[in-house]
Amino acid sequence: MNRLYVNGISSISPQSEDILETGNLREYQSNIIPALKHDYKSMIQPMMLRRMSNAVKMGLFCSKKTLLDAQLDMPDAIMVGTGQGCLQDTEKFMEAMLTAEEGLLSPTSFIQSTHNTVGGQIALDLKCTAYNMTYTQNSVSFESALLDALLQARTESGTQNILVGGVDEVSPAFTGFQELDGQLKKEPVKNTDLLWSKTPGSIFSETASFFMLGSQETENSYAELVDVEIINTAEIQNIGERTERFLQTKNLTSSAIDIVILGNNGDSRYDPFYHELQEKLFAETLQLAYKHLVGENNSVSAYAFWIASKILKENKIPDFIKLNDLNCSKPRRILIYNQYLGKNHGLILLQKL
Amino acid sequence: MKGVAITGMGIISSIGRDLEETSDSLKSGRSGIDKPNIFQTKHSNILVGEISFSNSELENNLDLEMNHTFSRATMLGAYAIKQLLVNTGLKDIPSETGIISGTSVGGIDMTERYFHDYPENTENRRFIRAQHPGFSTEMIAEYFGLKGFVSTISTACSSSANAIMMGARMIESGKLKRVIVGGSDCLTKFTLNGFHSLMILSENNCRPFDQDRDGLNLGEAAAYILLEADDCIGDRKVLGRVTGYGNANDAFHQTASSENGEGAYLAISKALKKAGIKSRDIDYINAHGTGTKNNDLSESFAFQRAFGDEIPPFSSTKAYTGHTLGAAGAVEAIFSLISLQEQKVFPNLNFKSGMKETGLFPVTKPTKMKISNILSNSFGFGGNCTSLIFQKDE
Repeated sequence: MNRLYVNGISSISPQSEDILETGNLREYQSNIIPALKHDYKSMIQPMMLRRMSNAVKMGLFCSKKTLLDAQLDMPDAIMVGTGQGCLQDTEKFMEAMLTAEEGLLSPTSFIQSTHNTVGGQIALDLKCTAYNMTYTQNSVSFESALLDALLQARTESGTQNILVGGVDEVSPAFTGFQELDGQLKKEPVKNTDLLWSKTPGSIFSETASFFMLGSQETENSYAELVDVEIINTAEIQNIGERTERFLQTKNLTSSAIDIVILGNNGDSRYDPFYHELQEKLFAETLQLAYKHLVGENNSVSAYAFWIASKILKENKIPDFIKLNDLNCSKPRRILIYNQYLGKNHGLILLQKL
Repeated sequence: MKGVAITGMGIISSIGRDLEETSDSLKSGRSGIDKPNIFQTKHSNILVGEISFSNSELENNLDLEMNHTFSRATMLGAYAIKQLLVNTGLKDIPSETGIISGTSVGGIDMTERYFHDYPENTENRRFIRAQHPGFSTEMIAEYFGLKGFVSTISTACSSSANAIMMGARMIESGKLKRVIVGGSDCLTKFTLNGFHSLMILSENNCRPFDQDRDGLNLGEAAAYILLEADDCIGDRKVLGRVTGYGNANDAFHQTASSENGEGAYLAISKALKKAGIKSRDIDYINAHGTGTKNNDLSESFAFQRAFGDEIPPFSSTKAYTGHTLGAAGAVEAIFSLISLQEQKVFPNLNFKSGMKETGLFPVTKPTKMKISNILSNSFGFGGNCTSLIFQKDE
């Protein structure tokens, strides 16, 4: 069985990429927070850039930075997870179609509305004819892509370097609908206060995080991806047992986990899933959170994967991402647990090299 | 190469509400393409492959509660899986059975219906989440009590072919013992107007691989198959095996296929390699063959590159059902399984004359022949090309 190493990483989010080193935590006072602007022109032709939605821009830029970080020109497979896909172009075409009452329409936004536009544009830019897949399963979209990568690494001898990422964008009407659906907080909440708010809903954001997963360890390797688990439906009282069962498949118990990264998003209705693990299975484990940095979206667990990769390589853990007072001087194994609206639970296990 | 066992199938499309009707239509050359009757659009003259169930008939059939959150594609999906379970006699499917569904637009029919209504009216807001493909799969999973591995692939028109491929990988790796794979897509204004704006909808019945082909007809369908590890098949009949699969990217254009059919050629080559067979072992190809100028030429060149002078008998069944987008790969997987069962190839309807560039002739009449291996192609926007190989269970 081939092992899979994290050999390159890149992330775009509302926080800068040096947040763990500098401790420079940005504060936002809005329930929809944008990703930081990047010098997209440095990597993407301006002509192309003008037509790209945020998801495509962020996904392509991150992919190219990940390749640079891993010192590779071409991946052997591309797998993208996006819970909501290309919302901006979907919304554009939808509005135009409804406004024109099915009259004359430009096809541009329709062409770019498919969920696999990000994956397709990465392939097009890199001229990469390799395997190209897009998963869209709410909060386990990125986990689905990771699982595919693990299976391919184990079965396809020619697949050595796999580009895997998670990306999601917001758009005015569709994200507005989520607000109407009660997924966003009604009152304005500062991101840094998010985890302690006691109301329903969360704050939404745009993020992209991409990784090069390779079957060979390199000088640049961050960590090893051990395994991933997807559970669609679980009860709060069972989530500890399901987590233990996953660890058992790796012959591990909860005491072998040095850090758990949890997806607490301040939604009083569903954070009890995390509290259950915090208070029981991982009561004696260092617990970290990240959604008070970068908000919530369907592929934001890829940001947790980015944090885990950084910590396992660089070992810098600022206090503001800690959920408890414990310390861990030499983390060996990190478990990521995330869910959204009480469903689509994902577990990801990484370990130090 | 033994491959992954297929032990169940369920389908609904414009040519049949169950397997028997589907099979009868295929054999008698009966197309489901007509003017829309249920689907509401200004373009009521555009021909489509519509399923003759209204949403309320589907609600009744599925016994849904008044305040359900099923979009049409979700209902069609549940309907097809219900058929699958009846056909396999698996009434109570174990809750650890996985499901991987492919869909291009999921429940966007609900979004286009309520887009201007959501801000005003609280009643329909329960459909806000229904837009997303993953939600559709989740609702289907919940309907059948599936609680474990639930995932969705959305790669436009190759979505459900990719779901079958991922499902086969999950069984091969031992991650799952049993998984329902396939896909569902319904007619929506969003897609109809999208393809219309691209000017690739035919005003006539589509004519795949014909010199005078002038575009595609859209259709709606849901089709799912059951994949099982050999040690849990029990006394269920093995309908065929997934022995080969391959996905490659054309890396040419967001929507158009390359002239030399690079992505298609690579996908076919990978599938052959995975199945461990030579190109001459393929007895029949169920082509993607949408009926557009671009696809059919590109796919024909890919055939020539992959098979040389000995291109096996092939046909596109899109003139029966229309292009059912994300569901097409699973629909055609089931057509292929019926072909394996009946040792019969179904015709490429409406074909008159071969393309000047290639002169290739598809099968135009139902034809009895010995079939062991079938190649099925599905290509989608974003350059996504997938080939599957189904083998007769020996």
